[in-house]
Amino acid sequence: MAIIVPLLCGLIFGAGLLISGMVQPTKVLGFLDIFGAWDPSLAVVMAAALAVSVPGFRLAGGRERPWLAGQFFLPGKSGIDLPLVAGAALFGVGWGLVGLCPGPALESLATLSPGIIVFVVAMAAGMIAHDIWQQSRLAAQRERLLASAADG
Amino acid sequence: MANFTPVSAAIGGVLIGLSAVLLMLSTGRIAGISGIFSGLLNLRDEDKGWRIAFIAGLILAPVIAGLVGYGMSPPKLPASWGVIVVAGLLVGFGTRLGGGCTSGHGICGIARLSPRSIAATVVFMATAIITVAISRHVLGG
Repeated sequence: MAIIVPLLCGLIFGAGLLISGMVQPTKVLGFLDIFGAWDPSLAVVMAAALAVSVPGFRLAGGRERPWLAGQFFLPGKSGIDLPLVAGAALFGVGWGLVGLCPGPALESLATLSPGIIVFVVAMAAGMIAHDIWQQSRLAAQRERLLASAADG
Repeated sequence: MANFTPVSAAIGGVLIGLSAVLLMLSTGRIAGISGIFSGLLNLRDEDKGWRIAFIAGLILAPVIAGLVGYGMSPPKLPASWGVIVVAGLLVGFGTRLGGGCTSGHGICGIARLSPRSIAATVVFMATAIITVAISRHVLGG
């Protein structure tokens, strides 16, 4: 069950992206191009998804724990900070350049398109680069703290 | 608005919402694709089974659709490899720094009424719209 349910969730998610046309970058770019022949379809996808997820998440929030796990894994941060805004801004530029976000990019691996494979490899490299940068920043911070403690 | 497809968009949206709710109710996880994928790349993350299963389902969806006659045509991408690589790097780095993408912030986070997710969605929509406006209408690409 612990594997079958997430597999099913991935299939349903993928079917949703496929049926709505959101796997196609041209469709996504049509929504983002508000100064061209604007296509509002992506807004309808989000509205319909939220019409289900808002009550669904409220239902989940009323439960002690999920069916198959000991706890809910929810993000702990609450404030709007610079990394959030800067990260979202960079993501938006990349999304607008090609019309691919992570879901449709991974799903499109099924077509074995060389462009998609290159995009997914670059996306993975970007993620790993972020994590390495974050780790070295934390290490430098720790070192400074230790040095100042030794000085004091 | 000749390309507007409201019916298929609504059906697809409902399915995406259902998937997110089912994943939350069953595993307690957020259906954020960037988070699910980046957890696979993190060697210290030991909880990989559900991540692999979800992404396998995502990739199998068009394969199964193809078997029943609704195959997916390969996505149309820009001609330049450089643009594809830069876009991929930005999407990867940005979603990690900002803690989510269209699904995690845009669908799950907003559904939880998270101020962080609402802010992130406004920002990435804005920079994406500006990027398309510049590339299509200023540079004329």
